[in-house]
Formats: sequence, C-alpha cells, structure tokens
Amino acid sequence: MMDFDEALEQFDPALGLEVHVELNTATKMFCGCPAAFGGEPNTHVCPTCLGLPGSMPVVNGKAVESAIRIGLALNCSIAEWCRFARKNYFYPDMPKNFQTSQYDEPIAFDGYLDVDVEGETFRVEIERAHMEEDTGKSTHVGGTTGRIHGAEYSLVDYNRAGIPLIEIVTRPIVGAGVKAPLVARAYVQQLRDLILALGVSEARMDQGNLRADVNLSLAPKGSDRLGTRSETKNVNSFRSVERAVRYEISRHAAILAAGDAVVQETRHWHEDTGITTSGREKSDAEDYRYFPEPDLVPVAPSAQWVEELRGTLPENPTAKRARLQAEWGFSDLEMRDTVGAGALGLVEETITAGAAPQAARKWWLSELARRANEEGVELSDLAITPAQVARIQALVDEGKVNDKLARQVFDGVLAGEGEPDAVVEARGLAIVSDDGALSAAVDDAIAANPDVAEKIRGGKVAAAGALIGAVMKQMRGQADAGRVRELILEKLGAGEG
Amino acid sequence: MSDLTRRSAAELAAALADGETSSVALTRAHLDRIAAVDGAVHAYLHVDAEGALAAARESDERRARGESASRLDGVPIAVKDVLTTVGMPTTCGSRILEGWVPPYDATVVARLRAGGLPLLGKTNMDEFAMGSSTEHSAYGPTHNPWDLERIPGGSGGGSAAAVSAFAAPLALGTDTGGSIRQPAAVTGSVGVKPTYGGISRYGLVAMANSLDQVGPVTRTVLDAALLHELIGGHDPLDSTSIDQPVPDVVGAAEQGATGDLRGLRVGVVKELTGEGYQAGVQQRFDETVALLVEAGAEVVEVSCPHFVHALAAYYLIMPSEASSNLARFDAMRYGLRVEPEGVEAPSAEEVMRATRDAGFGDEVKRRIILGTYALSSGYYDAYYGRAQQIRTLISRDFAAAFEQADVLVSPTAPTTAFKLGEKLDDPLAMYLNDLATIPANLAGVPGISVPAGLADGLPVGFQVLAPALADDRVYRVGAAVETALTGRWGGPLLDQAPALPTTEVAR
Repeated sequence: MMDFDEALEQFDPALGLEVHVELNTATKMFCGCPAAFGGEPNTHVCPTCLGLPGSMPVVNGKAVESAIRIGLALNCSIAEWCRFARKNYFYPDMPKNFQTSQYDEPIAFDGYLDVDVEGETFRVEIERAHMEEDTGKSTHVGGTTGRIHGAEYSLVDYNRAGIPLIEIVTRPIVGAGVKAPLVARAYVQQLRDLILALGVSEARMDQGNLRADVNLSLAPKGSDRLGTRSETKNVNSFRSVERAVRYEISRHAAILAAGDAVVQETRHWHEDTGITTSGREKSDAEDYRYFPEPDLVPVAPSAQWVEELRGTLPENPTAKRARLQAEWGFSDLEMRDTVGAGALGLVEETITAGAAPQAARKWWLSELARRANEEGVELSDLAITPAQVARIQALVDEGKVNDKLARQVFDGVLAGEGEPDAVVEARGLAIVSDDGALSAAVDDAIAANPDVAEKIRGGKVAAAGALIGAVMKQMRGQADAGRVRELILEKLGAGEG
Repeated sequence: MSDLTRRSAAELAAALADGETSSVALTRAHLDRIAAVDGAVHAYLHVDAEGALAAARESDERRARGESASRLDGVPIAVKDVLTTVGMPTTCGSRILEGWVPPYDATVVARLRAGGLPLLGKTNMDEFAMGSSTEHSAYGPTHNPWDLERIPGGSGGGSAAAVSAFAAPLALGTDTGGSIRQPAAVTGSVGVKPTYGGISRYGLVAMANSLDQVGPVTRTVLDAALLHELIGGHDPLDSTSIDQPVPDVVGAAEQGATGDLRGLRVGVVKELTGEGYQAGVQQRFDETVALLVEAGAEVVEVSCPHFVHALAAYYLIMPSEASSNLARFDAMRYGLRVEPEGVEAPSAEEVMRATRDAGFGDEVKRRIILGTYALSSGYYDAYYGRAQQIRTLISRDFAAAFEQADVLVSPTAPTTAFKLGEKLDDPLAMYLNDLATIPANLAGVPGISVPAGLADGLPVGFQVLAPALADDRVYRVGAAVETALTGRWGGPLLDQAPALPTTEVAR
C-alpha cells in the first residue's frame, strides 16, 4: 500500500462506476410476479421467473418507462429501437442460466450528470443506461466466509429473480486527481438523489436497491492512456464508495511503483476492515456469448412518448440546488456541506414539513450527522424521518423542550420509542412551566448567590446568566430558560429597559 | 378396428352433433386403438386414459345441455411431448426431463382444454425436437405405420404416426425446420407450419425460439384448418405472437375442396426440385403440379437463389439458440439430477456437469457444442452474424418469388421414409432431409404438406408455401390437391396403408 497523497503525486486515477438500480415497479421485468422486497423465499415466483421449460418473457412497460425517465434525467439519448440480449453463463441463482439484459443496444446512452464536489462541478459522462433482470439470491450456509467456497450447502431464493434493474455505466472519469474518492462518492450520492426524485426506486443501498461497482485504474501522471482496472463489486454505502476508491488507489500505486502489473479482476469490498480482496480473475476472454433475445420483440418507444416522459422529469439537480440555496438563505459553505453530507433531500423534506431552514440544517448536519458517523451508517439510514425532525424542532419552537431536551427526544425516536410527542411524554421531558416549582428554584438561587443578585438589582442584567444556570441545574434542565430569566428579573425588580 | 377411428375429426364432430356417438365412445375407441397398435408403433410416450375420459364425459354433459365449447368439442387429440401439460409428464423425449410434470399448460394446450378436446396423451419425438427420424428420442424410436422398419420422420414422428395409425384423429406438432411437414410427408398425413407468430409458443419448450412454431397434424386439410382456427390467435404471454385475427383457414379449406384454382399463380421453386430428390418423389410432385394446372392454376418457375445456403444458415442459428435454451437444464430446480461418481460432496458445477453429461443424448450435445462455438467471441460475426444475413437474403428471395406467384410449391422431403438406423451415423445426410422445409422457418412463412401419392409403396409429400399471414392460401391449395388426388385414388391415401399388427385388448 502506498500513501494516498504520495500515490496521487505519481499517478492519475481513472474511475468508472457501474450502478445497478432496482426499480420499484409493482411487477417483475418479464412476468406478473410482485417485485416487492423480501417475502417468504420462493413465493414471488412463476414459470417465467423460475425459467421453467416453455415459459416466455413479456416486457414490463412500466420498467421501460422508468428506464427512459432515468435516461432523460441523465441527459441521455433514448434509443428509437433497441433489443434485449441473452448473457449466457451458468450459476445456480440464474434460473435460465442466461440473464436477459441489454448488450450493444441500450435504451439510453451518451448522457452526463453534473456532480458538485466541494463547490466545484464535475461532469460525469454516462456511457449507457440499460435494462436487465436481477438474479435470484444465494445464501451460502456453513463455511466461514459466507461465500460459496467452503460452504456446506447453498440456498437460493428466486423472489429477486426477474426484478427489473437499470444498470448505469459511466465513461472513464479522469482528471479528478486527489478528489477521485470524493467524486465517486458524490456521483453515487447525487445519482441516488436523482433516482429518488424520479420516484422510480426506493434506492436504499442497505437493501441492495442501489448497488455500486467501482472500477479503478491508475496511469503514470501525464500519460494519456488508461491503466489496467480492478472492478470492486457491491460497494454498498456512500462512505464505502469513497473508501474503496482510496484503498484501490493506494493498492494499485504500490503494485505499479514496484514495477509489477495490476491484475484485471473483480474484487470484494470488506466494509468492516475497509479493504478489498481478490475475487475471480476477469480476462476479456470471459465469453458471455451475447445474442439478441429471440423471445422478445424490439423496444421502440415513440418520440411522442419520450417527450411526454420528459415532461414528467423532476427539476434539474444543479438548478434545483441553486434555487434551494436562495430560498433557504444558505451560505455557499452551508450549502456545500449539506450536499456533501448527502443531506440535501433530507433537509428539504424537513423544511417542507415545517422546520426553519437553519434549524433543519443544524439538526441533520450536527446532531444527526454525529450519530450516523458513530454508527457508521448513512444519514438516510438513520431510523428517523424528516417529518419527525421537523416535529422535534416544532416542540423547541413551542417551548415544550429546549435544545438539550430535544437531543433526548432524538435518542428516543432513534431507539424506536415512537413519535417525538410520545417520547416527550414517556420520558417526561416536557419543560416545567409550573411557576410554583420554578419560582421556588429561583428563590433558592437568589438566596444562594446574594452577590449576583445584588449586581442584577443594580442594573447588571447580564449577570442573570449565572442565576439561570443555577436554576436550570436544579431543574435538571427541564425548564424554559426564557421563563427563568423573566422570573429572576421580576423578583429582583430589574427590567430590561 | 373401430370404424370411429377411421373418420376425420370433422366427421367425428358431425357425428357428435348428430348424437350418433358420444365423446366418451370415440375417446374410448381411440384409447383402444392405442392399446392395440402402439406396442408396434410407439407413437406415444404417455397415455392419459383417465384424463381423456373425464374430459370426454364433460364434453358429453355439455352437449346434453345444448352447449358447445368449440367446433371440435369432444374430439380427442394427441399432443407432442414438447408442449407443457398440467397433470401429464413433459419430457421432450429427453432423459433430463424424465418424470417432470409441469405446473402450467402451454397456451395451445389450454385452448384445447377450453375447446373441450380430450387429451389422449403425449407423443414421441426426437430429443428436444432435434432430428428428422424420431430415432433420437431417449425413449426409443417411433415406427412408421406404413413400414415398421422405417422412420416416421422427425422430430414429430410420434404425432404423425399417431394420426396415420388411426391412434388419434388430431395431433399437435411443432416445426422448427420441418418437424411437422416432413413427418406428415413420410407418413401420408397432413401437417401445417403456420406463419411465425400465428400460434402461441408459450409452453412450447424451445429448441430455436426464432424458428419454432406449433401447428396441426391431421389426416385431412379441413381437420388441420379446424384445429388451426382453435389454437391460433394472439396470446399476451408470447411477445412474438401476432395481434391480428387468424385468417379464415376453414373457409379457405372448404373453398379449395371445390377443386377450383382459377386465377391462382403457382410458383415451382427451381432450387427445391431435381437433383437430390428421389425419382419417385419428383414424379409424384410433377403429377401434382399438373393437377393444379388442370384445376385452373397458372404455373410458373421461380428462382430463390439463396435457398442453397438455407441449411447452412439453419445449422448455425438453430444450435446457437438451442445451446442457450438448454442451459437451464442443470439439476438445480427440476428434472434429472446426477451426482458425479466418486466425488465427495460435489459442487453445484460438478452436479450440473454430471447431470448434463448423463441427461442429454449425442445429437443434443452435438448441437449445444455447435451453437456455443457459433456464438463465441471472435466467431460470432463469421457464424451467427453471417447466418442472420443469409436469413435476410432468404426472406428477400421469398418476397421476390411471391411477386410472381401466390403460392410456392415443392416436394416436402427429398426422399420417402428411410430405414431405421440408416442415417444415424451420418448426421449430415439426416440434416439434408429438411432441405425443402427449412427456408419457410427461416423466413417465418406458412407451409403445408399434403399426401401426393406413393413412391415404391411409401408416401410422398407435396409442400405449399405462402407469404406470412396468408395461411389461408396453403389451406386452399392443400385442399384442392387433396380433393383432386383422393378423387383419383378413390379415397384417402392412408386407405392404402397396410394393416398394422394389433395386440389383443382386454376390456
């Protein structure tokens, strides 16, 4: 392994990202089975998705629609005519031992996505977005690795077989230099935002709705050719995408600096240790014997339909960011941090749910970002919704809790104790506004701090802070600091003019 | 032999309508005939007496209520074992599917059931429809009812032998390169390959998806039309099925039976006659063409220069698709499972290999290897790609020929039925038997084979081809040929077939 910065002094990285998006259509790609996640194993199956002899595929029109919308949102050209092809290889979770996919005739091609990285815009060119079906899911039982080697036996669940996937492939991304890991992360993040805005997928990386393969190669600095690439499969969080790129840059650099050749292969990403290990070697000789799927007719979307779908697209992400920044009154730095944290959508939804922009930003980028970081998960994977965050802020605005108590409400919601109001109730977090108890505490504080009280009586209102602190301490924080202040000034006959 | 089994399906339907007989009676008559002759013929792989009689009873009850599910309600039928059937095994003539009972019906089978036709059973075939003799069935060959020492054609030898042995009035076949028409030719029966997409393929275990087509196997042209009408038409489960009404094939057959072909232009395909065709076959063909002229047709010679490459193109496209289709037979989910000998805890891959090695016959393996090679990287353009180009040229040849003629005609097969075992060791000689039938599959056009007489005591077939979607034309011309020839013979050709040895049936 070579130090990351040192590696980038010697080499230029080229990135390639292949992202699989599982569509949220009601039914599978080529049959009428439900495409819902989960279910008892092998219950969402029929002759077609089990590949039984004699069965035939029929294309899901809704999946084609989603594919076209994704293509348009990525500024792609849409094929006037394209076909499915068979990708032939043997594997037990492939019902037909070929995958029905698209090969040299993708539904969408030649597009781009402009990605914001620390305030700078990178244009990521999209080579293609094509339709295909998912495979079944293998579970390897026994053995130590959870992989097929060394397993005692394997179970296959075909519920996932035939679920529509869109594979989005970038052209090599060059020129990112030290920002390559950030560009990779930002691309996946912003692609996910786009998919969510289109409403075509749940796009949950933890459930495999969105899966990223990271290709990386290094070339000597200034060289205009591409080096040999590794393909790191199934990197399933934004953070991991960034880490995997960093890791592979260091690994490739060490190999090349030692005068050795990088092996073209697929690699497995290990979330826990943050490293990649060798999978199978992949030579260009691997032969899938693609040929056009003879059981399907070509997909030929009319120009009129494509234009209708263009009309359904959400706002362009770059324009949208500019609009939101203006509406929210965020500084460039605040906006950049929000986007960088993958919190743009969350903050937007929180604001839509009623929170003030700064409050929404504050909770997501400080309190919740800290917790996500501690747990090693994405913000969006936290067990709290933007609506709940907005409600907690409303409780603060209404004076029912203060910021400190609000943190405990977050604890409760994240721990699954229910909605914010229920947590306040159950944990007894409501601020004490009963003046009797407060009044007694204020009296105690005045009695305990005669010097301070005297200063306040003499007009030094700023000294009230010390008494407020004492009262809050006695009330264990469950008091409205504003009301405490009022009481102190009232009792000491000091006004604020 | 029961008189009922000698009648055509149309006659049986009329007898049912008149109350002269019942579906149970004629289903039983056919089951008896099967029991009597199938020991010698081996047309069936599976007979479902119970299921057929239950369907027959339902048909009779329906008729008693004054209802009818179709024009063929109550007339029994046999189904080629390549079509999926609930409650009956579907083996495709292969060990690898021995005992597999599908959980779903092929669309055509569902239409037969809905039409009230009792299903007698499943008929023998070359393994996965790969062959021209039915000798490649893993369950033993079918014998030609005209001469039990000879092949009944293939791959659908079982269906053709069943109808020509009077062991079924109707049967379904499938035709990828001639598997309906060539068996019909060599057994003296009628076989139709409809326009590609005219009949649903859902539930047809594919050999070559872009070539396969389901069609009728019968003893008369009218029966074929009645069956075609019942099973044809759009199926939303088959994306390649044509969303248009089925042409009026029954009306066309009835019109053709009047024997009037005035105004019809008939093209004799130069490349599908002469050299390579058995002398007797050529003679019967020439005589039949003369009959068409007598019936008022105008006969012209047409040339389809690329047909000489059809066989080569076919033997690249078909194995390519087949190699991919047959990949699913891997022991993981259904069918045969063989664990390799001497391997402790074999891997999935080892089980797949051992199963496929044991479960597939030589011809299937030959075609998987051919297809895998033709599709492989670096060879694709030279083989699969080139073959697709030839396919386009053949379609253009047809288009040009159909400018000059309404239908094209040729002998169905270059020879009469050869002896069992005669060509088993010479695959190329076997492949050549489909020379005249293959172009229609490559272009997707419809074709019929009708009996044209005998050569050295064995049946000869006459093929009529029409443009895509004009299936009615092959029925019209086929019926005209049938009328003229049966008039000359004084009855159907099959009346000249020798009596079959029968097994005494205990009832």
